[in-house]
Amino acid sequence: MAERRSDRGGIAFGPAEGKNVSLKCFRESLAAGLFAAAACICVLAVVLICAFLLANGIPGMVRIGVFDFLTGTRWKPSNNLYGIMPMILGSLYVTAGALLVGVPAGILTALFMSRFASRRMLKFMKPAVSLLAGIPSVVFGFFGLVVIVPLIRELFGGNGSSLLAACVLLGMMILPTIITVSESALNAVPQSYYEGALALGATHERAVFRVVLPAAKSGVAASVILGIGRAIGEAMAVMMVAGNWPVIPDSLLKGVRTLTSNIVMEMGYAADLHREALIATAVVLFVFILSINLLFSILKRRAGL
Amino acid sequence: MSARAKSFAARLLVYAGASFSMTVLLFIMGYILVRGIPHLSPALFAWEYNSENVSLTPALINTLYMTVLSLAFAVPLGVGAAIYLSEYAKRSSRLVKVVRLTAETLSGIPSIIYGLFGALFFVVTLRMNLSLMAGALTLSIMILPLIMRTTEEALLAVPDAYREGSFGLGAGRLRTTLKIVLPSAAPGILAGVILGIGRIVGETAALIYTAGTVPEAAENLLDSARTLSVHMYSLASEGLHIEEAYATAVVLLATVAGINALSAWTAGRLGRRSNGQI
Repeated sequence: MAERRSDRGGIAFGPAEGKNVSLKCFRESLAAGLFAAAACICVLAVVLICAFLLANGIPGMVRIGVFDFLTGTRWKPSNNLYGIMPMILGSLYVTAGALLVGVPAGILTALFMSRFASRRMLKFMKPAVSLLAGIPSVVFGFFGLVVIVPLIRELFGGNGSSLLAACVLLGMMILPTIITVSESALNAVPQSYYEGALALGATHERAVFRVVLPAAKSGVAASVILGIGRAIGEAMAVMMVAGNWPVIPDSLLKGVRTLTSNIVMEMGYAADLHREALIATAVVLFVFILSINLLFSILKRRAGL
Repeated sequence: MSARAKSFAARLLVYAGASFSMTVLLFIMGYILVRGIPHLSPALFAWEYNSENVSLTPALINTLYMTVLSLAFAVPLGVGAAIYLSEYAKRSSRLVKVVRLTAETLSGIPSIIYGLFGALFFVVTLRMNLSLMAGALTLSIMILPLIMRTTEEALLAVPDAYREGSFGLGAGRLRTTLKIVLPSAAPGILAGVILGIGRIVGETAALIYTAGTVPEAAENLLDSARTLSVHMYSLASEGLHIEEAYATAVVLLATVAGINALSAWTAGRLGRRSNGQI
């Protein structure tokens, strides 16, 4: 296999087509060059994204003062106050809440699909999970707006658009991510582990919870990390239900603004320093995402997925 | 607690988790369909958008433009890159590692960051203004890693015997790739492309500041145009046309569900074909 990959098609030139050899050679290397160039577009895209975000965001951050920007608790563009601490905390709170809702249900569903469900159940559940993954985030947001927000208003008072609403909604949105990645990790556990546990006298449930699940823990952890990435990067759905006050929330029923919704809400009319502060917000978000990506790829490699 | 009771409790827990997930899906779908279908009136599909009748036809047309345009950029690049990775490059080359790493990075970037990048690069620096073109370019970068990954998987699933047979008959690498490998991998590639379409149709955050929110069908590539998702967002956040928003959500859900089913069906065909032929 390795030899085939390294010969670059040289075996093709028989004596019968001697005249065309140089033309064919040219065509082959042109194609190879074009394909390689296409592959480089990814690299170019990442470089451009980094360059544009940093070049537009860092100067603003420096003018505001990096420390003031990151730890300031007041965001009042009209008074030239740009502190994004409420948004950083908002993103973290919302993500943590989403994990509380989504992770247990997601992992249990993955366990069900991998070790409990019948073939007929799976035939229904697999498409159902991919459909849940495919629902656009505006539709989720709209659902949150017309169902979850009024429900919270009825049950707990307040105006409903709150940290709690965002957590519940995002918990639902990260379900398919956690289910699919956890399920493939669980399916990758060798059957002999499970059979060994049964042979030692464990029940089906004990074998699954004490042997199969621990064996898949890197993959399950990777699914949670991927879920964190989705939750922290989600913009539209969160913005539609979270109330969006740029204040550190002191209760689950208070409005909250995330890094993402800060950008979406104000980018439309921001100018000058305000605009730069929003791009700097994106830089902070980008750093979060890159660290999460890094963690994910480490875990994925360890899980061998 | 006895072992039996513990097992029973564990089983109950798993069933409860699974039912929760399925209930979430069924409830969201059911709620939106029940509330939305009664409002699917002919007026909603009128040719013109105006403030009294918030027709979704222009947005639907724009979605179609956006999809075709984004795919026109992303599919050749993504398929070309995948061909390079699976057919041309040596596994150990440094370029392959860098390309894989960056593709992985791209697939983790949230759509709002793509939107902001598109606004800074395509809209401002390249002076495209808020336009179909800027939106499509932004989206094509966004779906590039998806197309690349699915294409590469499909190419790797083509048995090496096909390639060896082609080389043995005197074909070069380019010819083998285009005439033998690509056609065999076509269903897998198509399934990936369809998934990409699903992402384009559902995207909002990356489009608001690149393609804009003009609710009329675009007449040329540099016109600002809202897609169906952006339209849905505007209706929901303005709060003036909630009934129409329900109906628009139904159309959006139906589109996405159809796209999903199509992708699964295409990928399923790939499985059957390769099982039958190897």
